[in-house]
Amino acid sequence: MFAFITRRIIQAVVVMLIISFIGFTIKHHVGDPVRELVGVSVKASEREALREKLGLNDPFFVQYKNFLKNAVRGDFGISYFFKKPAAQVILEKAPATLELVFASSILIIILSIPLGTYCAIKPKSILSRLIMGMSIVGVSIPVFLTAIMLIFLFSVNLHILPSYGRGETVAVFGGLWDTGFLTIDGLKHLILPVIALSSIMLPLFIRLIRAEMMEVMQTEYIKFAFAKGLSKKRIWFVHAFKNTLLPVITVGGVQLGIMIAYTILTETVFQWQGMGFMFLEAVERSDTSLLVAYLMFVGVLFVGVNTVVDIIYGLINPKVRISGTK
Amino acid sequence: MMEHLLEVNNLEVKFKLRTGELTAIDNVGFTLDKGERLGIVGESGAGKSVTGFSIINLISKPGYISGGEIMFEGKDLTRVSEDVLRHIRGNRISMIFQDPMMTLNPVFTIGEQMAETILAHKNISRKDALEISVEKLRQVHIPSPETRLNQYPHEFSGGMRQRIVIAISLLLDPAIIIADEPTTALDVTIQAEIMELLLELCEKNDTGMILITHDLGVVSQVTEKIAVMYAGRIVEIGSTENIVANPLHPYTKGLIKALPGSRGTGEKLYQIPGSMPNLTEMPKGCAFHPRCELAEGECFSKVPELIQRGNFRRLAACHKF
Amino acid sequence: MDKWKKFKESYFLYSFLRDPVAIVSFIIFLFLVIVSFSAPLIAPHDPYDTSTISIMDSEIPPVWYGEGDDNFILGTDSQGRDMLSTMMYGMRVSIIIGIGAVALQAFLGVVIGLLSGYIGGRVDAFFMRLADIQLSFSTLMVAIFISAIFQTAFGVGKYSEYAVPILVLIIGIAEWPQYARTVRASVLGEKEKEYVEAAKVIGFGSRWIMFRHILPNTLSPVFVISTIQVANAVMSEAALSFLGLGMPVTKPSLGSLINLGFEYIFSGSWWITIFPGILLIILVLVVNLLGDWLRDVLNPKLYKG
Repeated sequence: MFAFITRRIIQAVVVMLIISFIGFTIKHHVGDPVRELVGVSVKASEREALREKLGLNDPFFVQYKNFLKNAVRGDFGISYFFKKPAAQVILEKAPATLELVFASSILIIILSIPLGTYCAIKPKSILSRLIMGMSIVGVSIPVFLTAIMLIFLFSVNLHILPSYGRGETVAVFGGLWDTGFLTIDGLKHLILPVIALSSIMLPLFIRLIRAEMMEVMQTEYIKFAFAKGLSKKRIWFVHAFKNTLLPVITVGGVQLGIMIAYTILTETVFQWQGMGFMFLEAVERSDTSLLVAYLMFVGVLFVGVNTVVDIIYGLINPKVRISGTK
Repeated sequence: MMEHLLEVNNLEVKFKLRTGELTAIDNVGFTLDKGERLGIVGESGAGKSVTGFSIINLISKPGYISGGEIMFEGKDLTRVSEDVLRHIRGNRISMIFQDPMMTLNPVFTIGEQMAETILAHKNISRKDALEISVEKLRQVHIPSPETRLNQYPHEFSGGMRQRIVIAISLLLDPAIIIADEPTTALDVTIQAEIMELLLELCEKNDTGMILITHDLGVVSQVTEKIAVMYAGRIVEIGSTENIVANPLHPYTKGLIKALPGSRGTGEKLYQIPGSMPNLTEMPKGCAFHPRCELAEGECFSKVPELIQRGNFRRLAACHKF
Repeated sequence: MDKWKKFKESYFLYSFLRDPVAIVSFIIFLFLVIVSFSAPLIAPHDPYDTSTISIMDSEIPPVWYGEGDDNFILGTDSQGRDMLSTMMYGMRVSIIIGIGAVALQAFLGVVIGLLSGYIGGRVDAFFMRLADIQLSFSTLMVAIFISAIFQTAFGVGKYSEYAVPILVLIIGIAEWPQYARTVRASVLGEKEKEYVEAAKVIGFGSRWIMFRHILPNTLSPVFVISTIQVANAVMSEAALSFLGLGMPVTKPSLGSLINLGFEYIFSGSWWITIFPGILLIILVLVVNLLGDWLRDVLNPKLYKG
């Protein structure tokens, strides 16, 4: 098990190195750190002196090494627009995004497991067909359209839910984290964005769980469980379910990570002050440091989620647990 | 007349397909008494596994029992409720599957998979259930059963797993064990060992057994009765001695001729020419006629009935008598 | 002629004709494609011709409203363009980018998948790790990043000018892994089969074997993926355009139209965003339904995840 975890972590580090290299290349070719520091109204000779001082005339790999060194310390340079360290800007915006993802994940898990399981057990029932039909409609509606239609319906026409922002937030963890979970207003503001963000993943999860479970139901060991005279409930919810869980966790964990991508769309529509919204603003303002910092942050997040998912998979799957191999 | 432990009459199984229905099992009947061992022999696709599974009504979809009756302990298993059936499965009639690598659920310990079987049928404590499990593991010669109870299936070899499956099938001292090719997936070297173990335990407990296999050699050593199946029908049924010594149906004759020991050393093994017809393209008349040397006249048009032939104490379905 | 007869008797056609959902989807899809590609001929207005557009006509509601105008059946957008015509042109842009991007993905993915599967070793390891990384980031994220980098590097002006080929490139690069993995998996499966062995024994070169023998056998999964990928590519394009990283407002796709109209839903001009939105959903839905049906019929082994 230890060997397995070590190997996964080494893999994660390699992937992060690749991502950091991409990030650095962007910064090196697209960004202009001098402009980020002093703006555009400085003489050419002074700029050149500054370039030399900042090490911008060093060879590519020396600069990459410096970039890595700084990145490990969490230093991604100064955001040109916010006039603050990029990492700090990201950390300020992260809670909003992570809360959105967290709430959506909970909603997806709560809904997809019973619905997916039901569709697998009773594939021919009318309700199952309805759920499957809805799910294909669900995957065909882009997140931002779901978001817009929700706003149109619940905010513009019915005036029952707010259409933008996070509402009232409360600072917790010594002011490091602004949460919207603790106020009624904050929770109200969460409803529409969470539904919008879940709308794309929920159908995928239902289909995934259904497909995996139906495959498991075909196996010999399920047939044997019936031959042993176990009750249907035990076979469905204990035997088949635990075997379904394994593939669902691997694919599902990755999918939850992918939700970060969709937060960019959701946050844009709801003016949700998270990382995704910030990222788009950074693109519009050509704020390269912030852009690269976001890339790195999201990279860490994805690689982290993937690694954790793999390790959890290892913990659940007795084969991996014992031998340390898949 | 004494009542049989199990009596199958005119069993018919059909498969519902998009294009219509196919008859997989037609007019199959046999009996089994307490402690008796019956072998069902035939090529793959002959319907022997389907017959075995239909006894406890566990045929995979789209198959279903479309006719006949299965009398067991005074009940017709084709008509009883799902709940009654559940209490017969694993309890009064248990099964051993072909491939032990696939039979056990990979994510539960052996102990869990054994105890749950007992708990599904008996109202006893988990601790007692585990104790019975240990006892049964000992019976199938699993060393240090107490510790192995906490292990997962993948920590056992194929032969060991089949022993565990046998132990599971014996947990509730059933009246009948249906063993579907229990040694086919195993190493040749341990096949005999497992078969012997199974035989020994059945004899000791006076448990009835239905052994489903393609290997006439195995059946003839283990069972008292043999039913030979071909294309979904029983073509010959009778006592093992009789059938082996004096087969009546040309197909049975072919099977016996094809046994490795039946010819001198250095001679080529006999093979029945051709192959069994597919369910979708069943020939008219006797299903065996395309492969039969004797086929003529009626064989091409009329399905032969399974009836007593001459003075032999057994039934065969062939026109050529 | 012979092929036509064979097709007519095939299971493919048989199951198509028995599936009303597939038939309706196909008809709608065909209709949408025809309408969008004949937009210059049948659209009542030309949204690209600035001389015919008047800002005075902006935000006219659909014709069934009191203030509607017979000239603009579905109303006009914030710049005074006829919604119906703009949507027809917009859908054409969406479909062109969608199909173009899928063609590029398929090309990249099939070539890489064939190479990976056939050569194996380091080539395989490299491309498959790359695919893993891209997929774990999600294709949408990769597309957003690439377009953000391109836009920062080229500047907004140049980016809008070449938006169509750039978007095809971005979505093509972002989504090749799906193909590569599937093709690789089928190559690995086919490689072991006897006919490839036989071809080798006869002495055909490996390139010949790949293209002549393995490729045709990987076509059915590629075909299924392509259909679903068209829907995905159209969605990706719409997402990028909605974020302002795609088609410019002057040559809008459905996504940029939705983006353009979004802020107007608060002032009541919902049609600028809702009509193109519905059209987009219908387009993606029918393609997805066709893809689903194809997958059921051809039932190829697709790579999970």
